[in-house]
This record gives sequence, structure tokens and C-alpha cells, in this order.
Amino acid sequence: MIQRLFVGGLVAGFAAGLFSALLHFAFIQELILLGEKYETGALVHFETAGNAPAAEGHSDDNGDDGHSQDHVDGAAGEQGGDSALTRNALTVLFTGLIYAGYGLMLVAGFALAEQLGRKIDTREGVLWGVAGFVALQLAPAMGLAPELPGSVGADITQRQIWWLGTVVATGGGLALLAYGRSVAAAVAAGVLLAAPHVIGAPHLDEYFGSAPAELGAEFASRALGVGLASWAALGWLCARAWNSGRV
Amino acid sequence: MPSGVTAKEIEMNAMTQTAAKTGTALASIVFAALVGATVIFFAGHAQSATLHDAAHDMRHSTGFPCH
Repeated sequence: MIQRLFVGGLVAGFAAGLFSALLHFAFIQELILLGEKYETGALVHFETAGNAPAAEGHSDDNGDDGHSQDHVDGAAGEQGGDSALTRNALTVLFTGLIYAGYGLMLVAGFALAEQLGRKIDTREGVLWGVAGFVALQLAPAMGLAPELPGSVGADITQRQIWWLGTVVATGGGLALLAYGRSVAAAVAAGVLLAAPHVIGAPHLDEYFGSAPAELGAEFASRALGVGLASWAALGWLCARAWNSGRV
Repeated sequence: MPSGVTAKEIEMNAMTQTAAKTGTALASIVFAALVGATVIFFAGHAQSATLHDAAHDMRHSTGFPCH
């Protein structure tokens, strides 16, 4: 049992993490580098420049897609070959690690379901993966949107506590919604799912972001899209690994 | 059936073994979940400078509160 849990969770999880890292470099890394150029002041958004007229600034900063791409290429180039390679290798390693952690939790859930008499097939595994995405990324993102570098948020410890509470409540709520058999379970699920958002995430009274709003929005959307694809793959891989380890 | 061993004793023995097996399975499940949660904590939340810098881009793209 323990071997099946660890081999299934870690191997499937790390593989899903490598897939996620691929998507990270295809969709997200360029926006992180661009956000850092605004964070360091290498690029200045018109609203933070102070005296630039809005209409003129708008046409300067948001001309077309090719314009953005120029900044991205510049940012990547300035890192230098070695440091960029190290940075990206660490991103691949840690994305693999975090998904290995997710994978272990997911397979532990499969094992618990099996103890309770419910076999998790590959299709149900994908649903568990999507539920994991909702619990660990989508629900927390409704209070604390994925942050582009340069964003300024409330106290980190308070945000982490709200994040953890939201993950636990949402995970519990979804499990009750999916497998609960009574009206009381459905009501409890609703309360658990809503509670973190009724309480509300910690926020500052003012906004301090240095990057254009459009860039932050694009980053958040892509982060969530990549998360959904990665979690669906994680659920599929974990269910395959878990069930193939049965014999 | 061996002499001196009743059907009830065999049944009791089987139940004890099943209970022990379930107990071991639950311990394994809790252990795996704890290791998973620990990995998530260190990769996603720990604020030591080295870990933060190494995991920085992943934390941003997976929506962990980073700074």
C-alpha cells in the first residue's frame, strides 16, 4: 500500500509537473519577466509616470502584441545565459515538486475512497484533478488573484492563513457535494464553499501595482488556464498510476 | 478444519486480520498525505530567502501568495 501510494503519487505528480512547466514557459514566463521590468522601473507604465496624458500614454504602451514581445525578449536577454538557465531549471524542478506534493495528496484521497468502498477510475480521477484545481487554485484566486511580480499585497502571513483556510474549506465542501448523501451534507458543502469568500481575503486599502492592469489580467487568466490543464493531467496520470499499481 | 479450532475462531481471526490491514492502510494514507502537504508547504509557502528565490516563478504561476 505505502509503496503504491508513493510510487503512484510522486511519479505521476512529477510527470504532471513537467507538463505544467512546459505550459508555464509557453504562456506565463514571458509575462513574469515583463512584470519584473515594471517592478524594477526598467519600464514605466503611463499611469505611474505622473504627467503623461492618458490618451498618448495609451497608444504608446499598448500599441500591439509585437510591442509587448519586444520587451519580453529584452528582459530574457538581460538575465544572462547562465542565470536564466539556473532560474528556469529551478522553476522546472519546483513545478515538478509541487505537483508531486499535489499527486501524493490526490492518491491518498484515492486510497481513502477505496477503503470506503469506492474505486476511482481514470475518468473520476480527472474529476478529482479538476476539483483539486478548484480547491487549490481557483477558489483562492477569487480572493487573492495570481500576482504578477510587482504586485503589492496585504501581510504575507495573513494571506497564507486565508489561502490555507480556503483550500481546506473548498476541498471539504467539494468532497461533501460529490459524495454526501443527505440534504444536510449539501447544505454544509454550500456553507464551506461560501465561507472563505464571505469572510473575505486580506487586502490593502490602496493599490500599488506598477504594471498595466491589462498585463496583470492576462497573467491571472493564463495562470488559471495553465493550472486547470495541469490539474486535469495530474488527475488522469494519478488515477492511471494508482490503478496500474493494483496488481 | 483442524481439530480444536471452531468456525467462530477462524472468523474472529479473519476479522482481526482485516482490522489490522485497514489500520495499516489508514496509517499509510495519512503518512502519504502528510508528506504531500509538507512538500506543498516547503515548495509553496516557506519564506526562507533561498527557497523563496528558487521557487519564485512557480509560486507566481500557481497562485501561491509569494511576497
